[in-house]
Amino acid sequence: MLSIQHLNVEFSGKLAVRDTGFSVQPGESFGLVGESGSGKSTILRTVMGLNANWNGSITVDGVDVRKAPRKQLAKVVQMVFQDPYSSLHPRYVIGQQIAEPMKINGIANPERRTAELLELIGLGARFQFRFPHELSGGQRQRVAIARALALSPKLLLLDEPTSALDVSIQAEILNLLNRLRKELGLTFVIVSHDLAVISYMCERLMVMRNAQPVETLTREQLRSGAIAEDYTKALIAAA
Amino acid sequence: MSALVEIENLRVAFRNDEGGYNDAVRGVTLSLGREKLGIVGESGSGKSLTGRALLGVLPPYARISVDKMQFDGIDLKSATPKLRRSLRGGRMGMILQDPKFSLNPVMTIGKQIVEAIRIGDRRISGGDARKKALGILEAVHIREPERVFNLYPHELSGGMGQRVMIGMMVVREPDLLIADEPTSALDVTVRTQVLSILDELVTRRGMGLIFISHDLNLVSKFCDRVIVMYAGRIVESIEASRLSEATHPYTRGLLSCLPQIDGSLEPLPVLNRDASWAGAA
Repeated sequence: MLSIQHLNVEFSGKLAVRDTGFSVQPGESFGLVGESGSGKSTILRTVMGLNANWNGSITVDGVDVRKAPRKQLAKVVQMVFQDPYSSLHPRYVIGQQIAEPMKINGIANPERRTAELLELIGLGARFQFRFPHELSGGQRQRVAIARALALSPKLLLLDEPTSALDVSIQAEILNLLNRLRKELGLTFVIVSHDLAVISYMCERLMVMRNAQPVETLTREQLRSGAIAEDYTKALIAAA
Repeated sequence: MSALVEIENLRVAFRNDEGGYNDAVRGVTLSLGREKLGIVGESGSGKSLTGRALLGVLPPYARISVDKMQFDGIDLKSATPKLRRSLRGGRMGMILQDPKFSLNPVMTIGKQIVEAIRIGDRRISGGDARKKALGILEAVHIREPERVFNLYPHELSGGMGQRVMIGMMVVREPDLLIADEPTSALDVTVRTQVLSILDELVTRRGMGLIFISHDLNLVSKFCDRVIVMYAGRIVESIEASRLSEATHPYTRGLLSCLPQIDGSLEPLPVLNRDASWAGAA
């Protein structure tokens, strides 16, 4: 579903991601772990076309990200950001924000689909006339997820989807994401600094440090402690 | 040992749209010795407001009432604004969650720390203040303090910024430090460092620490005692080491909704909030 090879991303002369690659199978959930500045979010943003200065190859569902038109890419892959307080437009009602990608892409009947999406993520259609400031953090993150699902993508990139939320709300969002993955057959790439979240959500994970991958583990390896690198061990000990 | 802080029946309310008042903190009673006290709860549970009320930095439109509020024998309830201002920074410090918003963006790190030192000691010479500032940077484990001294806040990473904040607060050697989510914005590896600095200060300088956080695991490992707040009230107060034996359903719910590295893959239990937890106002 997602294949990244020899990716280098540069910010003003400094490499933020160095020779990194991994691939994610359809239906799989893949985790990226590491401290801030390790390049994990940069990878997601590059897949979405939000960084210009990169080389290497990225294909999503067989399509070369560099060559694919923006609109075609948007129908395959979507992203959910960390902070639900800054990722929604403060002056648009919820319904408008979810319908906007559908209107841009000329999808018929966006109003009905918006209502369906709001039901799907557990808020209900009556929320479509509310403004973001009327919603709690967890509700906003649900809206961000609904908007990401508007174009029925196959791959969702989740950048710290719950780290701005209370633990009780985190549990609700993680359960929602797992349910959506099962029901809609989605593929996930999840960035998190919380190994417990990754272990709960992902079948495989890659640990990153200083712009480079440290190692790739399966969930079983993580849980049984079959870990080669000291850095990963230190991360687990600190968690 | 007499208590460093004593609060009895603290209530904080804010005016709502209908002209009435909504209680945000409803009758909090606590006492703190020279120890690490954790306050946990979700957003809106009143944990930060409790800390701010103690410091005296709530906005003027907040309605505060308290039966007793003492800090090291000083009655804060009847204290003049002037007295409270002199306590802040000197004897009571506060560390906020995000160093990006709590440091002056157009002033170098060194200048800000020197400023804090000179407010406390107006007779200190420029050279001595500088030496002291460099010393505190070293104490909070900043490598190359000489270089960092001349940097602006935006040139620091989050972890460094937070350590600078801590340095600036402890350079005056306060008796009480209120840390409001001091590590939420930090990576796990940096978090461990910041916590060990705080721990050192409590044990070595005999400081009292109020550690406000939503992270139960962290608090249970780091603090001596934990207070769990829900809807403006204390629902449970327990030794940190015995947090796993907590009995209140809210505390139990918070503990069980955390995913574990080797935990079950079944859907996580979610909190079913019981109206009775909030209790009578």
